[in-house]
Amino acid sequence: MPDTRYAVAAVLVAAAVTWGLRALPFAALTPLRASGTVRYLSTRMPAGVMVILLAYCLRDVPVTHARALAPLAALAVTVGLHLWRRNALLSILGGTAVHTLLASLVFAP
Amino acid sequence: MPSPIPSPARAAFKDSAGAGLGFIPLGLAFGALVTQSGLDWWWAGLSAVLAFGGSFEFLLIGLVTAGTPLVAIAVSAFMVNVRHVFYALSFPLHRVTGRLGKTYSTFALCDEAYALTTGEQARSWPGRRILWLQLYLHLYWAGSAVAGALLGSLIPEGVTGLDFALTAMFTVLALDAVRDLRGDLPTPVLALLSAVAARLLFPDGMLPAAFALFTAALLARHVTTGRKPSHA
Repeated sequence: MPDTRYAVAAVLVAAAVTWGLRALPFAALTPLRASGTVRYLSTRMPAGVMVILLAYCLRDVPVTHARALAPLAALAVTVGLHLWRRNALLSILGGTAVHTLLASLVFAP
Repeated sequence: MPSPIPSPARAAFKDSAGAGLGFIPLGLAFGALVTQSGLDWWWAGLSAVLAFGGSFEFLLIGLVTAGTPLVAIAVSAFMVNVRHVFYALSFPLHRVTGRLGKTYSTFALCDEAYALTTGEQARSWPGRRILWLQLYLHLYWAGSAVAGALLGSLIPEGVTGLDFALTAMFTVLALDAVRDLRGDLPTPVLALLSAVAARLLFPDGMLPAAFALFTAALLARHVTTGRKPSHA
């Protein structure tokens, strides 16, 4: 365990930066809500942000390597389940189960 | 939709279930990693409650065990979490009432809270339902982080890959959000191109670069398509 005061301070620093990033833009951006451009952005942003976060999660998948089959198969299962049943719980559980099985048993490091 | 109006707390509990299922395995994994890295179990809870933001918290474990200077931690937190700046554009904070409510709502504005409250199904949600949803998500994360830290040693040695829950969660959220766009295919395509370009051009700062590129692309598209009025 690193020095306790340092470990706590690190959390406090991370918390302050994160909260600042979450709270301060409301003061700066709220007056812009009435603008057409901001409304254009805000209706399209949620979908784009989720696509980017998904791409970020997959950024280190070694696509030229057999190990990539675990996340890619799990992704296909997640998408397939979700298009089929539209049940978020089922899709997340199914995809995670496939990935854990493949990563632990077939492509064990 | 069923007709009886549920209480905000109960409705929010149902809303939170899908994301909660993604949070709990991840929180357990986070907690287990904290104790495996030599940090005390309570540190997992402290981080989960105060620095509530999963992706950076995973990173923070490594930074703290390496004794990274606090300034460098602040810069990393900024880079990983700067995407939240964009959330203020569409998160319905105006529906949350009271100073305390708004304070908590911004504090607990994680990716999943943003995704759930900006979707089409959430247009009618009152502020209380949004706040309850955020509280449930916060509790799932903190509770599973502490549980993972205390139980971490029980996970069998060879079991890996539970972290895919995060990827699966964003897959589901992306599919639902793209469906809400009703055939507006250029938006997810621009987002994907922004992500790929950011990955290739700025491998160390992929997330903020991708968000900036995507915002710029949307603005350019808005200008070139003649500023048609949008139906917000």
